[in-house]
Amino acid sequence: LDSDTASKINHFSAIGIPVVIDSELCTGCNECVEVCRAHMILPNLEKGKPPQVWYPEECWYCGCCVAFCPVGAVKLKYPINRRVGWKNKGTDKYFRIGMENPPPPNIRPPVCPEFRIEIK
Amino acid sequence: MAEINSCQNEKWPYKLDYGKELEVSGDVLIVGSGVAGCHAAIAAAKKGAKVIAVDKANIKISGSGGSGVDHWHFACTSPCCPISPDEMIEIVKTYPFGVTGETGLGPTCYITCNESYDTLLDLEKYGATIRDVDDEFAGAEFRDEKTKLMFAYDYDGKHTLRVPGVQFKQAMYKGMKSLGVQFFEHIMITSLLTEGGKKGTRVIGATGVNVITGEFYIFKAKATVLATCTPLGIWSYSTEVAGSNKLGGEPNGGSAYALGWNAGAEFTMMEASANRGIFGGWAPDFGAGAAFATWYACTLVDAEGKEIPWIDRDGNVLKTVSERYHARPGQKFFLGTVHPFGMPYEYRGPSIIPDLGKRISEGEYKLPFFADLPSMPEHERRAIWGLMVGNEGLTRYPVYIQYSRAGFDPNEDMLEVETLPFQAMIPSKTPPVRFGSSERNLGFVGGYGGLVFDWDLKTSIDGLYAAGQVLAGGADYSASACSGRFAGRSAAEYSSKSSQRTVDRKQVDIEKERVYAPVTKGNGLEWKEVQFLVNKTMQIYCPEYKNEEMLRMGLKWLNDIRNNEAASIYVRHPHELQRALECLERITVGEIVMQSSLLRKSSNRGLDFKRLDFPIIDPPEHQKYITVRLTEKGIESGELPLNYWLLPPNAPTYRENYEKHAKLK
Repeated sequence: LDSDTASKINHFSAIGIPVVIDSELCTGCNECVEVCRAHMILPNLEKGKPPQVWYPEECWYCGCCVAFCPVGAVKLKYPINRRVGWKNKGTDKYFRIGMENPPPPNIRPPVCPEFRIEIK
Repeated sequence: MAEINSCQNEKWPYKLDYGKELEVSGDVLIVGSGVAGCHAAIAAAKKGAKVIAVDKANIKISGSGGSGVDHWHFACTSPCCPISPDEMIEIVKTYPFGVTGETGLGPTCYITCNESYDTLLDLEKYGATIRDVDDEFAGAEFRDEKTKLMFAYDYDGKHTLRVPGVQFKQAMYKGMKSLGVQFFEHIMITSLLTEGGKKGTRVIGATGVNVITGEFYIFKAKATVLATCTPLGIWSYSTEVAGSNKLGGEPNGGSAYALGWNAGAEFTMMEASANRGIFGGWAPDFGAGAAFATWYACTLVDAEGKEIPWIDRDGNVLKTVSERYHARPGQKFFLGTVHPFGMPYEYRGPSIIPDLGKRISEGEYKLPFFADLPSMPEHERRAIWGLMVGNEGLTRYPVYIQYSRAGFDPNEDMLEVETLPFQAMIPSKTPPVRFGSSERNLGFVGGYGGLVFDWDLKTSIDGLYAAGQVLAGGADYSASACSGRFAGRSAAEYSSKSSQRTVDRKQVDIEKERVYAPVTKGNGLEWKEVQFLVNKTMQIYCPEYKNEEMLRMGLKWLNDIRNNEAASIYVRHPHELQRALECLERITVGEIVMQSSLLRKSSNRGLDFKRLDFPIIDPPEHQKYITVRLTEKGIESGELPLNYWLLPPNAPTYRENYEKHAKLK
């Protein structure tokens, strides 16, 4: 998340933001609002604008808002107090989520990469 | 109804309609449309019932299993599994109180053994992927080449399937839609309606409140299925630090428990509660390296890269990774799940060395440990990381995608293992200093207390059925799905033979008054403050070691809190109203727990239940279920023998009872 995007984030609370919505990509369809089990994301009063995170502390971190966003505008931000580390087997170098100068992302998708199925 | 303060409505992005009444009627009402509820809806609709499915969230993703699953337990009837349901059900005898851990009490377990695979096929029919359709795992030891089904834990027993279950909930939704089930989403059920408005009479519907608009619903149904989650947040509920309340599952107040209790249904094993545990809060669920559950049987190495040995049930060190996934010669199958007393020898599988704590303290192995995915065979590594972690409900985004974005590569990187559980294994040289274990969760190793039920999955009151986690003994994903299916059939059959009854208006009015009370106040207490008070009361008066005096004080204060602090909760929006009502549910659940605790006048190892005033553990005459319910006259208790489901009036065998009640035709 760059500082430019961060400045555009809508949130009402000082508590860590569990989901961030990219206002450039967001079309205001409110699908993330619809699937949020905790009802912590609510529609923007202004039609077409990005939804707003009202109750960040109630997030269940299921990621359904990310999975159902049709334009990939929603990102899940896991609490910083749950960041784990790993060690590269070959180099013995240590890494940690959130570290400075992180390694490049691994792009291999999970098995069954499609979360959503067609419902008619 | 009292006047509602309109200034509270400012800025709420939905049209508010507090108190507006909507009436809906049908044959079968589903309270909580998660895994169990959706399967109940599908089964009832297939029997021709007009089904009403209600949930607090969108049913496409709602419930504890809404965002995915990776294991499918006890698929005994799959073409690959050599174990019959009648062989598998023998395991029940080894578990205290007949609670098998992940597949619940005896009847729940047997239903699961019989219907688990068919339930999975239903999901496939509705569009979910259940097999290795892309042949990514072709040639893997855990894959059946003909059916493309994949197995977990025991590659000989093949009773537990590995499933890419991220789409399952949507498949249920699709199935329900195709069968004409009516959806009522974003609605919290607040009370059950009973005949004549009395406790213990037939359930004839329910009331609900829309948690985004505030509208009031009256659901009229001939049969009702309770299928919500087990209560969480009874001893602790914190929203102060992001994610700190996430341990265990969805923040659920225990709707079915409060609803059933107030309607007069009978509960059992509600005295059981366990330490909240030391696993929480370190990483996302299954997001640290491990060697069990999703991570079975990953190689662990110590800080210097030294491998932690695996042994078989006789203590012999296993030389290959493959051996960890196979039964021993002469052993038909093993179970990869936890057992409160340690898995009996007959069903015991491979494990990492049990004296690891001692060997750490002697310096043989150095903390921290790492999950050595790179050393695992490619198929096993991909199965753990890409299939299981990639599809389990709370791991696809928090773990698989988050870690991948941060650069974690299972082919090269070893994920750190949480150190605390190993610290706890180290034998203490000084006398242990115990601090209060007051932060607890409902239930015990592998199971939960809940509604007493019979072979129809009917509760103790007419018209009311139960499925999934609310059944006494609990249920995991596949057991919730199977019990849901079964309860749905029972409810449909009951509804086809009964008529709708007139709702008692007085009961509705009293409930309406209660539900909207927090809305009518201009000021008062915030729900979170009251929630914390309820938690504190549970921590102080219902901790690990209990006695009569503490429990009686706790009950007195919970009642006092209900009449005072809880009565002055004010809310600004329907969302906060939902949270306030959940807080009130937790008071009721706390009361059930303390009433049940008072009734068990001995300590019990199986239930992890400790009475200071009755320290004798497991006296034989107390090895029974103690039941409790609320009647018009007050609390009533009863008892049921262990194995009550195989005693008269039931038939003596699982098979006979199942066939008599399954209603498959």
